[in-house]
Amino acid sequence: MMARASGERTLRGRVAVVGIGETDYYRHGESSDPEFKLALKAILAACSDAGLDPREIDGFSSYSDDRSDAGRLAAALGTRRLSTTTMQWGGGGGGCCAAVANAAASIVAGLADCVVVFRSLAQGQYGRFGQTGGIGTVSGERAYLMPYGVLAPPQRFAMRVRRYMHEHGVRQEAMQAIALASYHHAQSNPRAVMFGKPLDPEKYNASRWIAEPFHLFDCCMENDGAAAIILVPEERAGDFRNKPAYILGAATGAGYRSGAIPHNSPQYASASFETLAPALYRMAGIRPADVDVVQSYENFTGGVVMALAEHGFFKPEEANDFLVVDNLIAPSGRLPLNTSGGNLAECYMHGFELVIEAVRQIRGRSVNQVKCNDVAMVIGGPMVTPASNLLLGSGATL
Amino acid sequence: MSGSPRAAYLPDGLPIPVPENDGLSAPYWAGLQQNRLLVQRCPHCTTWQFGPEWLCHHCHSFDVEWTEIEPRGRIFSWERVWSPSHDALRGRGPYLAVLVELPHAGHVRMVGNLLGDPLQTVIIGTDVQGVFEHHHDSVPRYSLLHWTNHRMKAVR
Ligand SMILES: [Zn+2]
Repeated sequence: MMARASGERTLRGRVAVVGIGETDYYRHGESSDPEFKLALKAILAACSDAGLDPREIDGFSSYSDDRSDAGRLAAALGTRRLSTTTMQWGGGGGGCCAAVANAAASIVAGLADCVVVFRSLAQGQYGRFGQTGGIGTVSGERAYLMPYGVLAPPQRFAMRVRRYMHEHGVRQEAMQAIALASYHHAQSNPRAVMFGKPLDPEKYNASRWIAEPFHLFDCCMENDGAAAIILVPEERAGDFRNKPAYILGAATGAGYRSGAIPHNSPQYASASFETLAPALYRMAGIRPADVDVVQSYENFTGGVVMALAEHGFFKPEEANDFLVVDNLIAPSGRLPLNTSGGNLAECYMHGFELVIEAVRQIRGRSVNQVKCNDVAMVIGGPMVTPASNLLLGSGATL
Repeated sequence: MSGSPRAAYLPDGLPIPVPENDGLSAPYWAGLQQNRLLVQRCPHCTTWQFGPEWLCHHCHSFDVEWTEIEPRGRIFSWERVWSPSHDALRGRGPYLAVLVELPHAGHVRMVGNLLGDPLQTVIIGTDVQGVFEHHHDSVPRYSLLHWTNHRMKAVR
């Protein structure tokens, strides 16, 4: 771990997560609370966790076109002074780490003092992602896809993963191991929607295809709920109830023409981290071997294979050997992965539940706690533009 | 649908493709209705580009031209879709979508359906030929571009 050079532009060690909060997590459409109320509940839970007066929050940061408007939140909470309101471009979970980075950057730049980062989802109120209806005509990217039955997210990503499997010889079993590890962890997490519903290889193989190469269990759930974290400058990190988790690094964006439509990205068989992973490690001053635990966004397991390889945990050609259940589970695996159950088995909160689990690991409070817990990585939604990633560390890493 | 001896690959009711309000892709969609495949090529630096954009991504010229090319290519990737995500697809069973690269046009790629048995073995790298599917009776009218194996084409 390196000291910070003078004049270096970095987030490293300058912002801390001091509060985390979640609502109950529901199957899609089952929350009796509307989306905006879920957001308020998660924010208040994060404030309570920190021991912070919610009126002290002066900034809001989210992503994926979150519908809980910052101005309305500030009015509802009685925010005394509103400072920063940032929304990350891009849909899906590509912004789950970028939203944290944007909030941290606001604090480092002196634009805000105490920022909440959140995601709220009530799909019963607003409709599901996996279904497409009520659209008469389409233009732009969707016009080149939807008339051919490439409508919903699994259909939009299956060809990308198939190409990756073809280029690197990745087998279905590598994807299966990711699903099994997530379900394994969910069985000791009472918050998980799939708590009490274990998965084994037979059940995985027997499950229906959604879009080859994705079985049902390769796909994230769809859920209702909300999650939030509270960020403050490093000098205030010790003022709150819990052990702080410091931001070591973050990166957001994608490589050359990653967003070229339709499916014309030069690096098509990619999770979009070819430029972001080096940037993340550079800011944090660490190597892949220093990472103790990883939360990697699973819209689909195939994206996790690519994302982990692009972050240097193994070469693509080694995916079949590395991605076996024993390597991926806490506490003993080489790289414990998605230790709360993640998008597949805890709750699909567009990856924000992964950020919260990373904080829990740094605090030493996960239900699937890893032994070494100084460095936790979060990898945001893969295969989209822009994507994002994040490294959190304990005080010992600074 | 009319003007073609073959039924549409997917049932009616899916979203209908139209150009953007600014007209960027209008030549492409109009071309398909005339059995012509048009993609953009920059006359200044010869860069091919698809999907369309207002300028050449390589030399930033705004004078990008639409160029007619032969509808042939090879399979770059594929998927077999089982789960219907639109009411029009319920009960339709599996169908194939392929990503086809066009080596003679700068390796641009486009998505279409692969005609024939939806349960067929699909092999990346296979040469395929374009087949126009016309929906002249639709409002608005439109055409799609699908793909078929050379060998299948010869048998037809
Ligand atoms: Zn040019």
